[in-house]
Amino acid sequence: MELSHETVRAIAELAKLELTDEEVERYAGQLSHILGYFEHLQEVDTSDVEAITSVLPLKNIMRQDIPQPPLTPDEAVANAPDSDDHQFRVRAVLDE
Amino acid sequence: MTRLVELTISEALNKLDAGEITSVELTQAHLDQINTLDHTIKAFITVTPELALEQARQADELRAQGIKKPLLGIPLAIKDVLSTKGVETTCASKILKGYVPLFDATCVARLYEAGMVMLGKLNMDEFAMGSSTENSAFFNTLNPWDLERVPGGSSGGSGAAVAALMCMGALGTDTGGSIRLPGSFCGITALKPSYGRVSRYGLIAYGSSLDCAGPMTRTVEDAARLLQVMAGHDPLDSTSMPDPVPDYLAALTGDIRGLKIGIPKEYFVEGMQPEVESAVRVAIDKLQELGAQIVEISLPHTEYSLPVYYLVATSEASANLARFDGIRYGSPVQGEDMWDTYRKTRGQGFGDEVKRRIMLGTYALSAGYYDAFYGKATQVRALIKRDFEQAFQTVDLIVAPTSPSVAFKLGENVADPLQMYLADVLTIAVNLGGVCGISVPCGFGMGNMPIGLQLIGPALGEDVLLRAAHAYQTATEWHKSLPPLVQV
Repeated sequence: MELSHETVRAIAELAKLELTDEEVERYAGQLSHILGYFEHLQEVDTSDVEAITSVLPLKNIMRQDIPQPPLTPDEAVANAPDSDDHQFRVRAVLDE
Repeated sequence: MTRLVELTISEALNKLDAGEITSVELTQAHLDQINTLDHTIKAFITVTPELALEQARQADELRAQGIKKPLLGIPLAIKDVLSTKGVETTCASKILKGYVPLFDATCVARLYEAGMVMLGKLNMDEFAMGSSTENSAFFNTLNPWDLERVPGGSSGGSGAAVAALMCMGALGTDTGGSIRLPGSFCGITALKPSYGRVSRYGLIAYGSSLDCAGPMTRTVEDAARLLQVMAGHDPLDSTSMPDPVPDYLAALTGDIRGLKIGIPKEYFVEGMQPEVESAVRVAIDKLQELGAQIVEISLPHTEYSLPVYYLVATSEASANLARFDGIRYGSPVQGEDMWDTYRKTRGQGFGDEVKRRIMLGTYALSAGYYDAFYGKATQVRALIKRDFEQAFQTVDLIVAPTSPSVAFKLGENVADPLQMYLADVLTIAVNLGGVCGISVPCGFGMGNMPIGLQLIGPALGEDVLLRAAHAYQTATEWHKSLPPLVQV
């Protein structure tokens, strides 16, 4: 299992991670090594096995919809690195 | 006269109730211990002395009024992955530096309600990803038993702080072994409850189908006291189990006669340190001496638990960590446009291991690879869960080592991520199966390094698990040993 630099860059773009050339080089090697080790999973016969994404026997958990006091506008932006008039300021999303 | 920091939680509660000591004295003693030792050990990211002493004063006042609470005036510390209202919570990551939660995690809120005094927030591997605490973005935590060795991870700050008597107990979290491994490496008692037994609300998510908060203490009795408070259904976490919470202290009868305990042959792996194997075998003999019936069992899919875990956990992580974009909280790095700002913020804000795991998870979930990786892993996970269900039809508990080795040296596994992942080889399946596990000290190897005995119980079987671990501690002295550094 060999991951090319192109594949590593494509994954990084999906995950929105800016990587240095040195990181691309290193992750290509390490991820290839790790995924290679994981390949022995393929030897397990799972033809009759239903996948599980949770161990719990629970499903469709319902509760009463009871209104609770919301965050105040001050609290809502308390941790924002950049806010203005109780709004989060972001970079332009659309081109001008 | 025993030093205040050497008291167990049970002993301290007795002395507090008898009026022999105050919570202010007890809290000050632990703050003094932090002042003396933590510049060396480096277990705490944040210490909150004023808050702690104020809470201690209030606890003393309530006790004077005759008010009873299960942990009234007991100083504890919290892993920095659990949200604490008004106290910075970083996950040991640069990307969350400065983040101050607006709410408490449910398990933290319940400890406050029970009377906890909060001493501060503990170091960890960034976003709980690691086995040595060397992935903290801030600094390494050292093992109090040997300052050249790691405390384990990811709850390494919790393990080191409890072992060095800087708090009476701590909360850790365990996604693949992150409570039990540092428990083993630091020579303390460390409980991972069953998935869903303790609310995850306010636990900053890594692998949502695996994450679990639990107590790290010096005795099983103390762990039972903390779990009693933390456990139970939470309307804010739809994956918390509605089943009633048993009386865990009442379960500590000291009697394990007739209990059937299985030894899984797959857990005595090649490459295990001989001293670890022999200490665990002696501990198993002790359980037998106490009246347990020991049988050999098989958990046939054990060898696949490592790849299954690293595919499931990293896939979940790649989705969970998408929320860190430097806009609503955290530290942004400005780029040319919005997308460039995201890339730079995340590329520079996350550490090496976190990026590696996000990449691994993104790859496992991506088109063309989903079936072969994530899909396959969730199928084999069903087989691992079934292994436990079948085993618990014939035995009450399972016994094994917590780790194949004692604590390794700082830097020893840093260059090879796969080698580091192998540290979790004996703890990971428990999380995949959703069952509960505890690590208790059972000897020493490599000179003076603690060895951990792991007991595993069925889902929601914490009462039986604690009963057996407590019976073992009642019959042995290992958990009473203190690191030379903290002895007077």
